[in-house]
Amino acid sequence: MPNENLTIKAISAHPGAIGSGAAPEASYEVCKLIDTTTCIGCKACEIACLEWNGYEFRETTFDNTYQTMPDTEWNYWNLIRFSEHDNGDGTLSWLMRKDQCMHCADPGCLEACPADGAIVQYENGIVDFNEEHCIGCEYCVTGCPFNIPRLNPTTKKVFKCSLCSDRVGAGLEPACVKSCPTGCLHFGSKEDMKFEAEKRAKQLQHNGFEHAGVYDPKGVGGTHVIYVLHDERDPEKYSGLPANPTVPIMVRFWKHPLKWLGNIGLIFGVAGVLSHYIRFGPKDPSIRQEAKR
Amino acid sequence: MSTAPSYSEGTITPSGEVVRYSYKERMCHWTAGTTYVFCLATGLAFYSPYLYWLAAVGGGPMSARLLHPWVGLFFYISVVWMHVMWKSQMAEAPEDKQWKEKIMAYVEDRDNEVPPQGRFNAGQKLFYWVMYYGALVLLVTGILMWFPELWPRLHWVMSVVIPLHSGFALVTIGAFIIHIYMGILMVTGGFRGIAVGTVTQEWAQHHHRLWYDKIKKDQK
Repeated sequence: MPNENLTIKAISAHPGAIGSGAAPEASYEVCKLIDTTTCIGCKACEIACLEWNGYEFRETTFDNTYQTMPDTEWNYWNLIRFSEHDNGDGTLSWLMRKDQCMHCADPGCLEACPADGAIVQYENGIVDFNEEHCIGCEYCVTGCPFNIPRLNPTTKKVFKCSLCSDRVGAGLEPACVKSCPTGCLHFGSKEDMKFEAEKRAKQLQHNGFEHAGVYDPKGVGGTHVIYVLHDERDPEKYSGLPANPTVPIMVRFWKHPLKWLGNIGLIFGVAGVLSHYIRFGPKDPSIRQEAKR
Repeated sequence: MSTAPSYSEGTITPSGEVVRYSYKERMCHWTAGTTYVFCLATGLAFYSPYLYWLAAVGGGPMSARLLHPWVGLFFYISVVWMHVMWKSQMAEAPEDKQWKEKIMAYVEDRDNEVPPQGRFNAGQKLFYWVMYYGALVLLVTGILMWFPELWPRLHWVMSVVIPLHSGFALVTIGAFIIHIYMGILMVTGGFRGIAVGTVTQEWAQHHHRLWYDKIKKDQK
């Protein structure tokens, strides 16, 4: 069920207008700020995410890093990715990046989804999956530039971080933010978080991280989860954070020009054969016989 | 009482009709036809939000997503079966070129200007090859789309594969609209041929003169 306390902005594969649109609370764009420079990799956010969303913790995989397990899963939406980056000058950086859904302003998952109501975007910027309507086609996986949605192989439904839309709808901050002990996670309006992020980036620049900056990629219209990075020139070194994420061009082509060409083709095809019938009618085998006589 | 005989293609029945398609050919055609229509309806449901209600054909959106690939696989198998039966008959023949030159006469029902045709005219052959190659592309792209979680490394490939699947489906739908129109409304008498097998001698002579003449010659 979409959260009734939040105003809906967009619904996947939905013909016609969008619902009642009436929600009790005034909507402003929300944002989670992740300051990678103050993350200590404690995984409190991973546990808080599991607890709030009702998934059990499981055994971790030790692979000689500070990462709990190799990848996110359908019931493990939030993972601190660890990478030991060789700076090329004999020093190493230990980079911790909290990886989860970025809640794009222009969500590729919603663009690609063919199931009415399976993905909704709220006015406040949260992109939420509604598994009740999910058909398990995984088009969202193809549409997502951050490789976030995960299939539950048993139920054939796709899951991802909801930015705790249920908590946010009730005026609370997301569970991960609540649990963070270092103040690396912040939650508030997009405007405030951008301000805080820029301020922190400036401070870092003063303190010797001259390339520190804010990650709020334009290619997907900005995101409702933003990062402060020590080095914004190379986001890829943070365990593959895409430097320039966009909705795949072929997904755009498929959902717009191809669809319209197809629709026009279908309508003209049916109209064409019917007007042929009206103009020329059926083939009458007696015509040739008469011509011979 | 004995069972009605199942005639082979090209026989003239005791009641004076020509057997256009044998029982085996009809079964193959309708296996392909029903599986195609199922995939068409469920596929269109995923193609357009305005056609999502068509998923009811597959028992609702979730089961349509589960069944579409399976039924599609059966469609492909029936196409292979058809190919074994009709491959040689769908090969290009000398009269095809003349038919293509006279295509406007054919479309506008000036049939006395259309040169005599064999068992399948050039238009039918074209439809056959569009569906044959269309089915092949739909199979290959469809298998990739069936279990995308098995090849996560093909992330960007899938963004090409899905539009390809839609695009080729649309091409076959265009051909299919014409096929249905001609089979039911335009070429009257033809539907009986593919449904119960027989057409009148007049029909056979009118639409497929070379085929009919050969039947008459062999009969003597």
